Amino acid sequence: MNLEFSEDQKFVQHTAREFLTKNAGLDVCRKVLETKDATHDPGLWKGVAEMGWLGAAVPEAHGGAGLGHLELVLIAEEIGRALAPIPFASSVALCTEAILQFGSEAQKQKWLPRLAAGEAIGTFALAEGPGDADVASLATRFASGRLTGTKLPVLDGEAAGLAVVVAQGERGPVLALLDLSAKGVTRTRVESFDPSHSLARLELRDAGAELLGGADGGAERVATLLDRAAVVIGFEQLGGATRALEITREFALGRYAFGRPIASFQALKHRLADLYAKIEIARSNGYYAAWALSSGNDELALAACSFRAAASDAFESAAQEMIQIHGGVGFTWEYDCHLFYRRARWLAASIGTASSWRDLLITRLVARQGQGGGDAHAE
Amino acid sequence: MDFDDTPQEAAFRAKARAWLEQHAKPRDPNAIAPNLLGERESADVIQKAKDWQATKFDAGWACLTWPKEYGGQGLGRLEAVVWGQEEGKFETPPNIYGIGHGMLGPTLMAHGSEEQKQKYIREMARGQVVWCQLFSEPDAGSDLAGLRTSAVKDGGDWVLNGQKIWSTGAHFCDWGMIVTRTDPNAAKHAGLTYFIVDMHAKGVEVRPIKQINGGSGFNEVFFTDVRVPDANRLGAVGDGWRVAITTLMNERVAIGAGGGAGRYRDLIKLAQETRRNGRPAIEDSAVRQKLADFYIQSKGLQFTSYRTLSALSRGATPGPEGAIGKAVGAPMGQEMAHFALELQGAMGAVADAAIAPQDAVWQEMYLGTPGLRIAGGTDEILKNIIAERVLRLPPEIRVDKDRPFREIPTGSVK
Ligand SMILES: Cc1cc2nc3c(=O)[nH]c(=O)nc-3n(C[C@H](O)[C@H](O)[C@H](O)COP(=O)(O)OP(=O)(O)OC[C@H]3O[C@@H](n4cnc5c(N)ncnc54)[C@H](O)[C@@H]3O)c2cc1C
Repeated sequence: MNLEFSEDQKFVQHTAREFLTKNAGLDVCRKVLETKDATHDPGLWKGVAEMGWLGAAVPEAHGGAGLGHLELVLIAEEIGRALAPIPFASSVALCTEAILQFGSEAQKQKWLPRLAAGEAIGTFALAEGPGDADVASLATRFASGRLTGTKLPVLDGEAAGLAVVVAQGERGPVLALLDLSAKGVTRTRVESFDPSHSLARLELRDAGAELLGGADGGAERVATLLDRAAVVIGFEQLGGATRALEITREFALGRYAFGRPIASFQALKHRLADLYAKIEIARSNGYYAAWALSSGNDELALAACSFRAAASDAFESAAQEMIQIHGGVGFTWEYDCHLFYRRARWLAASIGTASSWRDLLITRLVARQGQGGGDAHAE
Repeated sequence: MDFDDTPQEAAFRAKARAWLEQHAKPRDPNAIAPNLLGERESADVIQKAKDWQATKFDAGWACLTWPKEYGGQGLGRLEAVVWGQEEGKFETPPNIYGIGHGMLGPTLMAHGSEEQKQKYIREMARGQVVWCQLFSEPDAGSDLAGLRTSAVKDGGDWVLNGQKIWSTGAHFCDWGMIVTRTDPNAAKHAGLTYFIVDMHAKGVEVRPIKQINGGSGFNEVFFTDVRVPDANRLGAVGDGWRVAITTLMNERVAIGAGGGAGRYRDLIKLAQETRRNGRPAIEDSAVRQKLADFYIQSKGLQFTSYRTLSALSRGATPGPEGAIGKAVGAPMGQEMAHFALELQGAMGAVADAAIAPQDAVWQEMYLGTPGLRIAGGTDEILKNIIAERVLRLPPEIRVDKDRPFREIPTGSVK
């Protein structure tokens, strides 16, 4: 057992932090958020692509950097810390990962180099309105290479040029690869809770698309993809939570009331200690999930659920406490608290809520206990 | 990063398992985890625990991380974890050495003279004599440095007078580590000195205290003119606080998650066996949400402690981060027990092990876990540690710091 990242991995993380500190201050996030019609920061996207991060887990033969998922999650954490206004999770953790896992060689050849270079932005279209999406009962249809239906909301949907769409095939759920410039695709802008990321509604009427993976086993494929993405996005959430705590701590040390820094009041100290513990508990679950992801271990099924729920809760708690501890200024547009508050909610909604992951966790735990299966890491 | 065993760890695990299979009975993995809070005090249990410790020691499985020259095995902390995981799969007597091996041994190694180390550590490892921690007093618990038990030099001896309280296991222990006040005119933290005391010495009186769960695990200990030779002093005169800190730092690591971790399997089983709204409770979404939270916290605590151990095994010293385990784990244990009783409905009021669901384990846990939130530092004190030592927020305002100890007001309702 060794729960530390290697020196090379730490170097990747260090480089990412340096780059983002220089190129992605919170003002970069704010600028996209405040610019009507902006979907992301194209300059930052280009820079991040040049660093090789978009293809971190893509093999070199397919135009990637040929690193691995441990490197990818560390980069995601830094993206999260910076609240970088780029469609990283959608394009890298979902679309690229889907093609990497399930694509034919031709699809990989065609799309992976472009995704890794940032020339194509990908996304993932599952949701069809309120409530947690149920893969078994989707209304969007896929038949004879054509998609028909409505997807709402599609994350980063205005920035993306390519979507992995989950639809009902002839023999069950399927994944389909859809060029968003295809005929029959109508895209409308949807107001985003976090305007540093865009949202869209997709109306699909006989839009030409390709199967991604076979016509069978689509439900399992979606589950696998979501598990994998949950780990990467979880690290983005962890990064955001950690940064929110750091900023809040600094603020509490500098803000005086009743003749003392507010950070000296035990009520606040204990809340910050609780928050720290919550983030560390999420982080520890995250390390386990990252290990399972990168080593192809079966534990991923449980670890992804735990981590995703813990990371969503940690980031949202951190953002809530951030505003509260800043007091009145925390509720102003000018202070950065709402950037964190918005991003935390946006990411929490992105691939199933924390409560749906908790529910899935129990389903999987019960199934495992039923098979008499033990816990690979029993205490 | 790798959660799997290294080849060396795997070989060590196989060796440990082979030995355990020869010397103990495997635990039925589907059996409810036992709750031992109640039976710890019986002489029979203590003897079984001592026998098991001697068997382990003689075969080279005791105090794995301690140096070989003092009876340990000179192994790393991760091997100790592997051993713990394997031993946990077998039916073994309760561990009565948590305080001695977890906290007092490391204190001896850090502050003891060579003579003291030779005299006590090997014997402590073999476990035929058991050690207790005599820190808390009626007026000094969280505020440990406020203690008043006095030690006055008399020739080559020190003479101790005063009272300790909540001393776990003192009624079956042979040696104790005690912090005393040797200079009431010095400032609070400066006038303390640390000793090893013979629990069978003249003038030591141990009175068991009955706990809320009906057990008597802890005691009051009275000291009346107890003579302790100067050779039993650990650290310099007036330096007792620094020595005590070593004990407390190790306490955080030793206590770990305390309480609930690992219990989620039983809880899931209980949720499958009990009903809510006419259906198995496990199908109720509120129940599922809670179960998931307990699982996530349990695993999070386990992996947090592994992270700490990973760092320690590379030579780091135990830091204040260790406080998380208990700050999160102890209240979680109480919450889990409460939730299990909720699942039981009216049967949650039944403490009779013969008829209560899962042998009344949760009832016992509900009565035992409040103690875990207090022992070894309360929730509040641990959060102060995280806030001040990890997050580096300002310390609590201290009004007693620079005054001579004699002048500091104290009080408690008797
Ligand atoms: C089961 C058990 C076993 C124990 N075993 C041992 C043992 O073997 N040896 C030993 O020496 N001691 C032992 N103890 C004692 C234990 O260490 C003390 O009980 C503990 O430190 C609390 O001290 P206290 O009981 O005096 O409570 P107090 O210190 O009086 O605390 C009362 C309340 O005030 C709060 N409080 C105190 N100070 C602060 C502060 N600065 N900020 C916020 N809140 C505060 C506490 O959190 C608590 O809620 C044991 C206790 C228990 C319950």
